Amino acid sequence: MTALAHPVEAEQPSLRVRAGWAVTDTLTITRRNLLVWLRVPAFLAFTVVQPVIFVLMFRYVFGGAIRVASTGGYVDFLMPGIVGQTAAFATFATAIALAQELKKGVIDRLRSMPMARSAVLAGRLVADTGRMLVTILIIIAVGYAVGFRFHNGVGPAIAMIALGTVFGLAIACISAFTGLAIGDEESVQAFGLIWIFPLTFLSSAFVPISSMPGWLQAFANNQPVTYVIDAMRGLALGGPIESSLWKSLVWLAGIFVVFIPLAVRAYRRAS
Amino acid sequence: MSDVGQPSILVEGLTKSFGQVHALRGIDLSVPRGTVLGVLGPNGAGKTTAVRILTTLLLPDGGRALVEGYDVVRQAAAVRRTIGLAGQSAAIQEELTGRENLHIIGRLYHLSWQQARSRAVELLEQFGLSDAADRAAKNYSGGMQRRLDLAASLVGRPRVLFLDEPTIGLDPRSRLGMWDIIRSLVADGTTILLTTQYLEEADELADEIVVIDHGLVIAAGTAEELKGRAGGDVVEFTVPDRSRVGEAAAAVAGLGEPHADPETGMVSIGVGSRGSDALIDAVRALDAAGVATRGLALRRPSLDDVFLTLTGHAAEEEEQSAGRRRGRGRRRDSADTSAGDRVKAAS
Repeated sequence: MTALAHPVEAEQPSLRVRAGWAVTDTLTITRRNLLVWLRVPAFLAFTVVQPVIFVLMFRYVFGGAIRVASTGGYVDFLMPGIVGQTAAFATFATAIALAQELKKGVIDRLRSMPMARSAVLAGRLVADTGRMLVTILIIIAVGYAVGFRFHNGVGPAIAMIALGTVFGLAIACISAFTGLAIGDEESVQAFGLIWIFPLTFLSSAFVPISSMPGWLQAFANNQPVTYVIDAMRGLALGGPIESSLWKSLVWLAGIFVVFIPLAVRAYRRAS
Repeated sequence: MSDVGQPSILVEGLTKSFGQVHALRGIDLSVPRGTVLGVLGPNGAGKTTAVRILTTLLLPDGGRALVEGYDVVRQAAAVRRTIGLAGQSAAIQEELTGRENLHIIGRLYHLSWQQARSRAVELLEQFGLSDAADRAAKNYSGGMQRRLDLAASLVGRPRVLFLDEPTIGLDPRSRLGMWDIIRSLVADGTTILLTTQYLEEADELADEIVVIDHGLVIAAGTAEELKGRAGGDVVEFTVPDRSRVGEAAAAVAGLGEPHADPETGMVSIGVGSRGSDALIDAVRALDAAGVATRGLALRRPSLDDVFLTLTGHAAEEEEQSAGRRRGRGRRRDSADTSAGDRVKAAS
């Protein structure tokens, strides 16, 4: 063949231009994802109706049977747990959406374009975190209607919501990785059930861990969801939080350090 | 871009394996600017792997590939600024409207809000989607979705367009529509690499065709050149009275070796380059034998014949699930209806 042909020099836009693109491309993808979310009634139901049902169900169905030592009774104990559980469950949508985009070739198209490589993942995480925050605010409002109150002032209340959201973002990074690595909507959903469900329910989210059998306590006491929810509970209701707060921050940092690179790698190699 | 003489797409010794599967075993391609290369091959031949490497989605194991002079591995970003990709499925966001889909793609090509908007309007117009511009793409027909997908691949005004089986699953009318669009893109100077399993698609659109099978280029040339390699002209006819097929075949045995199918009554004889003379001889022989025939015709070999000759199996063999007869059998099924076309093609 024509051995003469040689590569042409490519002019690269400056680093500054590319950094600007990374931001605008992320915003474009975020906007796209939020538009899709608003268009699909099922997504809205998944992110709003389902968490509200959980609040009401635990408050009125299981709540009567669960004895807790919290200040304001079960509803005060419950709400930080529900916020954590909601944030974690919201990431099902992250994994499913990425798997769908992968299967349909949307990600292939985006990867073949001169857009910022980071934007698809970043835009997905930003949109989903925004969505998650909206859901958290809605369920807290519903919580207020059924008797929940913050007992520790405005600052810690905001910190609780922030911690719940960052926790959700961390779980979203894991979900993004599973979505891209597995790449099939149904399998991703099934796999999500296997790890997200036990992780949230085998924690301090809904019941005092002391009510669980000993072998289960060993797990529940030492897993990140419990640390995060205990810290959120401390922020919302008052009480000691230092140990659970730093442990949860270390766990969250660990999740970001491990799963962001894994998700990026899965995106690069996606096929 | 510099050298005018440099091909738009240049591939040398490209290899790629997935574990034990050798998807590409060293292929070479060269596509001049503004032409269409048809890449033909059955499912799993390596077509999509080649496209994925050329569009920077996959790294090759060996060899090299240049698109508009840019190396797909070392200058992937520059390649991405040059190309458009439309795949086998419509890679569009179905919940969003056609206009929104194109606007978002425009923004990702770093057009301004206004530029992206007018580019979207322009493409919707060009692809006959203006009336559907503000409807969610999930309500589009299959053909419309594919057109929107192709429009999306053109937002960045690519000089090189990769179309990976662009008409697979489309009804015949939508397919013809896509062909018209592809022709108009070529007329505007775009270089196109088109993969397809449909032989007539390559025949219609491609300036050059390469046939890939099991990760190797097994033939290359124009459609006419490839047809020439399938052994020349064929005289074909059907015997309505199935009991006399053997008799008819014997009558024309002097022309070449007849292939007779007692089931369909179809007889075909490869006659090399003797063309019309062979046809006249066949008429005389059949007349003398007193066998009634239908659709007696001389035809140039089709790309189906080429494919069969080159690969030893029919192009769509791998998709045989529908239970339809493929390859030679399929050609025979359509003999009566298309005999007229063949005479025309032969002249």
